[in-house]
Amino acid sequence: MFKLEPRPQASKFWSYGSPLLALLITVLIGVALFIALGKDPVKGLQVFFWEPVKSPYALGELMVKATPLLVIALGLAVCFRSNVWNIGAEGQFIIGAVAAGGVALLAGKETGRWIVPVILLAGVAGGMVWAGITALLRDRFNASEILVSLMLVYVADMVLSFLVYGPWKDPTGYNFPQTRTFEAVTQIPRLMSGSRVSVGLLIALGGAAALWVFLFRTRAGFAQQVGGLAPAAARYAGFSSRKALWVALLTSGGAAGLAGALEVAGPIGQLTPYVPAGYGFAAIIVAFVGRLHPVGMVFSAVLMSMFYIGGELAQSRLGLPKSITGVFQGLLLFTLLACDTLIAYRLKFTGRAT
Amino acid sequence: MSPPRLQLAHITKRYPAVVANSDVSLTVQPGETHAVLGENGAGKSTLMKIIYGSVKPDEGTVAFNGQPVQIRNPQEARALGISMVFQHFSLFDTLTVAENVWLGLDKSLSLKEVTARIEAKAREYGLDIDPGRPVHTLGVGEMQRVEIIRALLSNPQLLILDEPTSVLTPQAVEKLFVVLKKLASEGCSILYISHKLHEIRELCTACTVLRGGKVTGICDPREESNASLSRLMIGAEPPALQHRELKTGATVLSVKMLDVARESPFGVDLHDVSMQVRAGEVVGIAGVSGNGQRELLYALSGEDTRAKPGMIEVSGQPAGRMDPRQRRALGVHFVPEERLGRGAVPLLGLAHNLMLTRSEAIGRGGWINLKTLERQALGIIARFNVKTGGPNAAAKSLSGGNLQKFIVGREIDANPKLLIVSQPTWGVDVGAAAQIRGEILALRDAGCAVLVVSEELDELFEICDRLHVMAKGNLSPSIDRADATVAQMGEWMSGLWHEDVQARLAAIAMAAREASDVQA
Repeated sequence: MFKLEPRPQASKFWSYGSPLLALLITVLIGVALFIALGKDPVKGLQVFFWEPVKSPYALGELMVKATPLLVIALGLAVCFRSNVWNIGAEGQFIIGAVAAGGVALLAGKETGRWIVPVILLAGVAGGMVWAGITALLRDRFNASEILVSLMLVYVADMVLSFLVYGPWKDPTGYNFPQTRTFEAVTQIPRLMSGSRVSVGLLIALGGAAALWVFLFRTRAGFAQQVGGLAPAAARYAGFSSRKALWVALLTSGGAAGLAGALEVAGPIGQLTPYVPAGYGFAAIIVAFVGRLHPVGMVFSAVLMSMFYIGGELAQSRLGLPKSITGVFQGLLLFTLLACDTLIAYRLKFTGRAT
Repeated sequence: MSPPRLQLAHITKRYPAVVANSDVSLTVQPGETHAVLGENGAGKSTLMKIIYGSVKPDEGTVAFNGQPVQIRNPQEARALGISMVFQHFSLFDTLTVAENVWLGLDKSLSLKEVTARIEAKAREYGLDIDPGRPVHTLGVGEMQRVEIIRALLSNPQLLILDEPTSVLTPQAVEKLFVVLKKLASEGCSILYISHKLHEIRELCTACTVLRGGKVTGICDPREESNASLSRLMIGAEPPALQHRELKTGATVLSVKMLDVARESPFGVDLHDVSMQVRAGEVVGIAGVSGNGQRELLYALSGEDTRAKPGMIEVSGQPAGRMDPRQRRALGVHFVPEERLGRGAVPLLGLAHNLMLTRSEAIGRGGWINLKTLERQALGIIARFNVKTGGPNAAAKSLSGGNLQKFIVGREIDANPKLLIVSQPTWGVDVGAAAQIRGEILALRDAGCAVLVVSEELDELFEICDRLHVMAKGNLSPSIDRADATVAQMGEWMSGLWHEDVQARLAAIAMAAREASDVQA
């Protein structure tokens, strides 16, 4: 029989190997799932892992979806590393999108390109304000940031609905719940023609680099993480836990808001009730699969984006329901959590069962 | 002759990183008080857990009353007649004494019956306890009595006590020994785990010494000296400390009528705590833990900033409201009692742990210079003889003694004006303890003011120039080490210093009057 035995020291090998093993197990379960549903597993895998990378256009689409995931996950990594559990990035994303959309709606025919940075800043500010509510309630009243941030997602959803069904509804839109399409000048600049990839991708990669520097090369980043690793040590050192809380929530809120702005002023181009696509929740998985490490999250964001695209393709090609995306995302998170056991423990064969 | 109460033969227990017990044999006779002596990490606790069934040995056999047994869990141990009193109590603060005992018993009894039994046992052994009191109102000594009564209710044939005196005043230790001697005279065997040599020599009739998981000696402690026992325990005697003459300078720390309300419901309020620490002296605070030491240290280190500014002065500057970083800028460095999680971040490397209190490697804009940081860590590792895998080894990978050396080294290396150390050698092996005490004295000789809070009177007597005692949130006046006795310190730990102080004041007044009479 096998036995789990604690390792004397956490395994370096498995802290990198675990996400790969988790991915492998996810694929295997996926294959079993395709077979059980009566689909050709080879075709199924192709849809998820080959179609999204087979052409420059497909690769572009992959990046389009990976961008918001990465931006949000970078912010969440700051939170989770400081032991602040912001589960409501989705809500901050929505309010960021609303704020950015509000500014975009102000643009007219004669507005200059300066409106784009204003839109992005509005998105950041919107996300910060929304996360700031959570920070304030936690700081002043010690309310659980997990519950508050999560509940605020639904409030944010209501705010968006109120606006697009009410005051911001396009008067010439045949009563559809959506704003008018933003002026072309508000469009986030694209990197190249023929692809929807925008400067958002550069912002995301720049953000990953900035996060790396912050976490591993500055005292502020060190102090932030000590608060998460050992709160008593942070108090002993004199690192303020209140500051850490605010920094964590404002950073992740700002990042999520920025992602919202990049989405509405990028691929979407207007506000609709369908702006929230679950990126805020998926980014939690991205953050953990990427080990809360800036480089790791770049890879995991691409992977999660594959699942999004694969799920959409699976609908048309294989006739599978859309929820297949969620199934794969969930599978990956669960197998990762299981595989992480190997970091602190090793399997030992103990001979026959006793 | 009856068979031995307990016989362990060739017990071996391996853990991934360490062999906790290697070929350990141990025989306990009926009615014998048998000491298991060894340093921290010598394998005493593992051995007891094997006897109590919470750890399974890899090799070896256990026999109880001559019968070979396999004890798979503590329930089976208790069914055999083995009871254990752990070092850390497992009592629920919000329940009463009787309810706590009831939780661990056969559920067929009613609470009333349990109460009656507790009272009967308490009378029988002279253990004074009120079954109706909630546990959080009890002192540490009383909590231990609850644990002992709980253990005795099952009428054990073998009672295991793990470091039972570490939380007791000297007077409470005396009372405990009376109970244990009575138990032994009734035929109950006792396994007494400790590293306090004089206690073992006073109480025990046999002794097994462990070092590095192996048995290094079996003896009758009554025929041994502290020196011979400590040689068995650590292989060598630690060098005696040199205590040079006192050259005190200006007052560095001045605490004036410090009053702080408790932060947690089970904490202690500080009442009018006043003291001074001058440059070049070591001042000690004795007392049983949980009497306000923790709260006092939080207030002194800046982890608690609720004191009024003037209540704590550092070199004449009001510091009561300063945070730890501001106090460090004034030269106040602090070594907390919890090494992992407070003094160091367990998962981070030693070099990074420097940044908790040191900022030499931090450049403009908060940029961390990793090379400088590593060099600094290597310097401390070398200077304080820290055994570690390197400057980037995680703090939790170090043994307690080595991590303590690193943390003490980190603070001493900062050339503090005032060093505050809590429990400097708690859970540290004898060699490292001697080194740490030596470093503290060297720092004092270099003109630093040092404040040491410790539960170990021996240690305080060894390194301090003046002593205070803390009891129930009050601080006694200070007494020169030369004038202090263990018995008196014990009395003071119960808060009974007022009469002593009055008597001394009267004596001083008398002497002054006589002097003036002579002059006249």
